[in-house]
Amino acid sequence: MTLAVETTDLKVQLQLADGWFTVCDLSVLVPGRGVAALLPDGRQVAVFRDRADRLYAIDNRDPFTGAAVLSRGLTGTHRGRPFVASPLLKQRFDLASGQCLDDESVRVTAYDVRTT
Amino acid sequence: MSATPGATPAPTIVLVGHGMVGQRFLEALAERGLTATHRVVVLCEEPRPAYDRVQLTSYFSGRTPEDLSMTDMEFIKDHGIELHLGDPAETIDREARKVTARSGLVVDYDVLVLATGSYPFVPPVPNKDATGCFVYRTIEDLLAIEEYARTRATTGAVVGGGLLGLEAAGALKGLGLDAHIVEFAPRLMPVQVDEGGGAALLRTIREMGLTVHTGVGTQEIVTDSEGAVTGMKLSDGSELATDMVVFSAGVRPRDQLARAAGLTVGERGGIAVDEQCRTVSDPHVFAIGECALAADGRVYGLVAPGYEQAETAAATIAADEASFTGADLSTKLKLLGVDVASFGDAHGTTENCLDVVYSDSRAGLYKKLVIGADGTLLGGILVGDAEAYGTLRALTGSVPPVSPESLVLPAGAGSGAQLGPAALPDDAIICSCHNVSKGTIRGAVTEHRCTTVPEVKKCTKAGTGCGSCVKVLGQLVTAELEASGVEVDKGLCGCFGQTREELYEIVRALRITSYQELLDRYGREGARGGDGCEVCKPTVGSIIASLAPSIGASGYVLDGEQAALQDTNDHFLANLQKNGSYSVVPRIPGGEIAPEKLIVIGEIARDFGLYTKITGGQRIDMFGARVEQLPLIWARLVDAGFESGHAYGKALRTVKSCVGSTWCRYGVQDSVRMAIDLELRYRGLRSPHKLKSAVSGCQRECAEAQSKDFGVIATANGWNLYVGGNGGATPRHADLLAQDLSDAELVRLIDRFLMFYIRTADRLERTSTWLERIPGGLEHVRDVVVHDSLGICDELERLMREHVAHYRDEWAETVNDPEKLARFVSFVNAPDTPDPVVSFVPERDQIKPDLPLLNIGLRPADDVLEGSAQR
Repeated sequence: MTLAVETTDLKVQLQLADGWFTVCDLSVLVPGRGVAALLPDGRQVAVFRDRADRLYAIDNRDPFTGAAVLSRGLTGTHRGRPFVASPLLKQRFDLASGQCLDDESVRVTAYDVRTT
Repeated sequence: MSATPGATPAPTIVLVGHGMVGQRFLEALAERGLTATHRVVVLCEEPRPAYDRVQLTSYFSGRTPEDLSMTDMEFIKDHGIELHLGDPAETIDREARKVTARSGLVVDYDVLVLATGSYPFVPPVPNKDATGCFVYRTIEDLLAIEEYARTRATTGAVVGGGLLGLEAAGALKGLGLDAHIVEFAPRLMPVQVDEGGGAALLRTIREMGLTVHTGVGTQEIVTDSEGAVTGMKLSDGSELATDMVVFSAGVRPRDQLARAAGLTVGERGGIAVDEQCRTVSDPHVFAIGECALAADGRVYGLVAPGYEQAETAAATIAADEASFTGADLSTKLKLLGVDVASFGDAHGTTENCLDVVYSDSRAGLYKKLVIGADGTLLGGILVGDAEAYGTLRALTGSVPPVSPESLVLPAGAGSGAQLGPAALPDDAIICSCHNVSKGTIRGAVTEHRCTTVPEVKKCTKAGTGCGSCVKVLGQLVTAELEASGVEVDKGLCGCFGQTREELYEIVRALRITSYQELLDRYGREGARGGDGCEVCKPTVGSIIASLAPSIGASGYVLDGEQAALQDTNDHFLANLQKNGSYSVVPRIPGGEIAPEKLIVIGEIARDFGLYTKITGGQRIDMFGARVEQLPLIWARLVDAGFESGHAYGKALRTVKSCVGSTWCRYGVQDSVRMAIDLELRYRGLRSPHKLKSAVSGCQRECAEAQSKDFGVIATANGWNLYVGGNGGATPRHADLLAQDLSDAELVRLIDRFLMFYIRTADRLERTSTWLERIPGGLEHVRDVVVHDSLGICDELERLMREHVAHYRDEWAETVNDPEKLARFVSFVNAPDTPDPVVSFVPERDQIKPDLPLLNIGLRPADDVLEGSAQR
């Protein structure tokens, strides 16, 4: 795995079991869209930035289809909660908790995010 | 339900005939729980289950046999009904209580129900069975008529000027034939209307270009040496030249099976039954529908009484009390676009009754009410305008709350009263097919919380028979909703209270180029300042893209804020597939492609290991590309002269074509050139939903243009333009918008049509549903885009000119811009690493997604899922 060189700007970091993991520059994130990042253990994370510049990270794998695509969904606000809709079958996931809004038995992992 | 082995076999009900009444009988059995306690066997002669014979003629206006079906196969299956299609009952052994079908199948019955319907009466004239003679009764009859009319006839005559005869004549005319109607009685529709009504009808029918011969009978069918129809001799000594004859001179009960079994039949046919619909000869045998001679001595040829008989028979079998003593013969029809209705004592046979008549020959209007001596409304006839039918029929039998004159005068003339359905009492019957009262319909809204006409139809069955009450139904539902204070929210989504059309107007008029600005200024209160949702973002993105040149927005869908609005397909300019890979479709205008370019596609697919498939739109789809491969694939495609095919967008997809006059010996115009011109003109046009088109080089229609949003068919004089067609799950034949257009006229009309659609359609509303939904339908669209009734055609054309002038290929723009290329990586922190989930295995010399790999993530034990059930 080749990690991109990070030089300028604020860094986006995720909290993993063994500490904070740097994903990318904040400037790479477009408000309203997500990016996918690869974790050292091979898992994938979808990282989002909303229009108020809040950051969110959830597992990238869509539990309904198995494809790693949640980072490519459209985001929005539902009753004040931020969500992403899977681009495959459109189920929505709360970005802060990972809870699926269309099936209460399904939840994906959510990660704490910070900028430094 | 079949019997459990070892138990006493369940009693068996055998239904002979699966028409509309037969199907209603099965539903009535199920409603009463009889399908659970009985074995139910159906023997049906026709090759297809029950369909809507009342709407039969709508086959010619584009409804398919599947659309006409009234049988939900799930219903048949769920209730364990044994349905034998194409296997009519041939003999009944009443002693042994056995029915034998044509296939040799023998079924023992406890109860036998005959619903064999009727057969068309063909007058016994010489050569009545000649080639080119038809009847008008089943879907198979219509298919045969269509085939013959298209291949062998230019003139057609219909024998019989009743309801079906007029429909048949209209159908022949619609098939391009010179159509004649021959009616023995002195007027059209002699059963339903009187002399005055017949005269009004005659004028209107003649104005449509049909030739009507009344007061003459058919004496002989004239044939050529091969036995094919060439004309008919009439009773007045004249001869009418015609290539085909359709007999539609009434129907007779099909009672042969009953006769052979020794059941009593009436003097003029019909299986004699009592008030419970049980045959008078055999307590184990019932007869319902058009084959039955009811206890009041009549054979009913309408569906509503048939349904009532079906209910009665089912109730009697269930040992409930029910009886059929006679029925109302009210009818309302739209014949060739003319409203015709008759209800109650239409012909004024009640003693001492009086008429109130309004007649306007110029407008083709005739309205007559029959009033009793005490002022009771007894019946009436309406020709040309049957708007008041629902109300008047419901008022029949009572003294109307306003004077009878005011009920027939047109609005605006004198003191014409607009007596709406609100004035009806709760016990007034709105749907006479299913005997549904106004009170029941109101209850569906107030108690069962129905908020739309389809919901009320489902809940009450009202409006699901002949459909003539649907208009009144709609008014009642709206009135009831308003009365209960329900405000119907037509908003696009939780973020916007406006419809797509309203948002389009806001964006256009105020030149708003930013989604956030639109949301913050015009969104619902709670949604302002938020992030919107997955519904409104792409919708607004599409509106801004459609209007981009004229509101000063960037036409490139991935510029700035626009990028965040697009669905993943638009965002990556490719189509997302199930494992997270994408497919790529280059534009192949008109489906025409040179060998060199075909080779390039083959080389690219081979080099990137892509799966290739020919699409339904005459192009080639390449599957299995990972995001980071997309720019590399496009770069090679763009280099070879390809551009985006917009397979990912709510935009123009393809314009299919046949080879046309250049190669085909039948072609009359160059359909390939026209298809290429149209595809290049409208490429990249963002719209409420995808747009498909096709151009056929002659009437043989090999390009299937009539299944497209806009379809073009060549004629000897130019082009015919069809709009609103659709394939897919809800097929619809396109409607003819205009004929014999020049190239320039065609393009101008399509410009206007598409821009008007983009302006007024709902989100994800195809042209087919849009045409059905907008008030006034096709006629309104024609008024707007052909006759410019709203005065907006100049603007529609200008918008399209701007679109054409500002078109740019999105792929080329992307591959030439390093900043835009940045997003085409699987991982932001590992741009060179491919997504390991996107993996393939071989199949039939190509690749397919590694599906087991996808499933690994779906196990509940996986830490990705917490407490999830298996999926």
